[in-house]
Amino acid sequence: MTAALERPAISTAKPARRRRFSIGAVTPYLQSAPLAIILGAFLLLPIIMIVVVSFWDYDFAAMYPDFLTTNYSDVLGSWVTWKTYLNTIKFAAIVWALTLFIGFWVAYFLAFHIRTTAMQMVLFLVCTVPFLTSNIIRMISWIPVLGRNGLINSTLVHMGLVPKPIEWLLYSEFAVVLAMVHLYTLFMVTPIFNTLMRIDRSLVEAARDAGASGWQVLWNVILPLAKPGMAIGTIFVVTLVMADFSTVQVMSGGQSASVALMMKNQMSLLQYPAAAANAVVLLVLVLSMVAGILRIVDIRKEL
Amino acid sequence: MNHEKRTIEFYVLAAFFTLFVLFLYGPLSAILILSFQGETGGLTFPLNGVSLHWFANLFERQAVGDFGGSFKRSLVLGIMVMIVTVAVSLLAGLAFRRKFRGATALFYLAIASLVVPSIIISLGIGVVFQQIGFRPAWYTSAFGAHLTWTLPFGVLIMFAVFNRFSPAYEEAARDLGATSWQTFVHVVLPMIAPSLIGVGLFGFTLSYDEFARTLMTSGTFNTLPLEIYGMTTNVTTPVLYALGTVTTVFSFLVILATLGVILYVGRRRARA
Repeated sequence: MTAALERPAISTAKPARRRRFSIGAVTPYLQSAPLAIILGAFLLLPIIMIVVVSFWDYDFAAMYPDFLTTNYSDVLGSWVTWKTYLNTIKFAAIVWALTLFIGFWVAYFLAFHIRTTAMQMVLFLVCTVPFLTSNIIRMISWIPVLGRNGLINSTLVHMGLVPKPIEWLLYSEFAVVLAMVHLYTLFMVTPIFNTLMRIDRSLVEAARDAGASGWQVLWNVILPLAKPGMAIGTIFVVTLVMADFSTVQVMSGGQSASVALMMKNQMSLLQYPAAAANAVVLLVLVLSMVAGILRIVDIRKEL
Repeated sequence: MNHEKRTIEFYVLAAFFTLFVLFLYGPLSAILILSFQGETGGLTFPLNGVSLHWFANLFERQAVGDFGGSFKRSLVLGIMVMIVTVAVSLLAGLAFRRKFRGATALFYLAIASLVVPSIIISLGIGVVFQQIGFRPAWYTSAFGAHLTWTLPFGVLIMFAVFNRFSPAYEEAARDLGATSWQTFVHVVLPMIAPSLIGVGLFGFTLSYDEFARTLMTSGTFNTLPLEIYGMTTNVTTPVLYALGTVTTVFSFLVILATLGVILYVGRRRARA
């Protein structure tokens, strides 16, 4: 490691001398090797394996190497699967719209209305800390709030606003969306805040001097410049929702479905090839969404 | 920058922000309070007295499964993941400062690691281990699965850090006669130390709370989040909240300690 680390410093000083043969030329490969090896072994290989297994045959006990397309025709030919995919995409769309709205205004408030950097950092940390605590705990923390005898229902009944507790607060699609917004909004706030902080304030002043109203500045200057952050936040939120099974399971009380939850159920029945076929379809769907977003934004430039 | 008077927009947005923070922390404080529920109390308000009954319950082994063991496993796994994440991200960050063949591919592989649904990675690693004939265990397969989640964050942070890092400091050090190892240890490392600590915090907490990728890869013994996930379906007493409170307080302590270290490092550097 010692040898690997000391190289880049030299490289900037004497690029010409290292042209032909030297350790320096190999250094970046050595430095990136651990990352490449880990991702190769635990990301690439498993995905290749899933693609292979998705063509295998299986029964209740084991899987058998084969080349069948029945797993795919089972996935794509079933009305239930289509409904589950549509349901997942619906969740993704609703949660995306809500997190984008909340995330933008929170980030905008932090970036443009808080005047000292110290205060900005403190408030930003306040928003970030829950992200570093357990997702499951944050999910179940809604139960005493939304439940049949929970905080909201007992308050409403007590105040006489509703005759009996509202049933659809918990264990419903409403609860799923609420919990997802709760869990994932931070993934929208952070990248948008990052791009907003990098906007040159003189652009805003120039727009004001040229006679733009507050809304015009927001709409024509800030919003277009915030788009890369929104795109990165969108990647996070959409992929997280598309992959979610626990929130859907816990918050809907088994009344709603998502693709990942369907996969999880297949896995618990040891139907790995069926789950693998689903995985491939889901993966293609998610990666094409991300590829579409990456056409709009160059992540490397935004970091 | 703007010293004009607060507009109505400010107050509307301040109210919105306050609501958002309440939304973030409100439910969490509900389970914090309810974990002190009296012995006869249930999963919802009101409190039937105040007691530490459910915390005591937590440490009775048969009551809630293996809390102590799963906590220990999650802690050790989190530290392992943290160390590897910091080291590998730092090395990769240094590598990305220069052009090399495959750099773009590797970068997008790291992005892919972030966007590929967790459950697919979990399934894939599970099947690979099964086919090779290895037994999945939390310190092998789950360890790898966690790295696919923490490394992209680490690499992206290091990427951002080195994007803003001026080579002028290194050149100055070299002009003063420092060897490249001295330059790295005495100039580069202290400057990026806070970011490295941040990467470590991410590595630890993301691993400590991770469960979608651990689902198929933890083997015989559960990690803490898996234990909690199992409890959500079959535990109907406030002991669930007690567990939630304990792990959340632990997470907060870890975050606070890390921030303290970052501040301390920053202040010491400012004095030097």
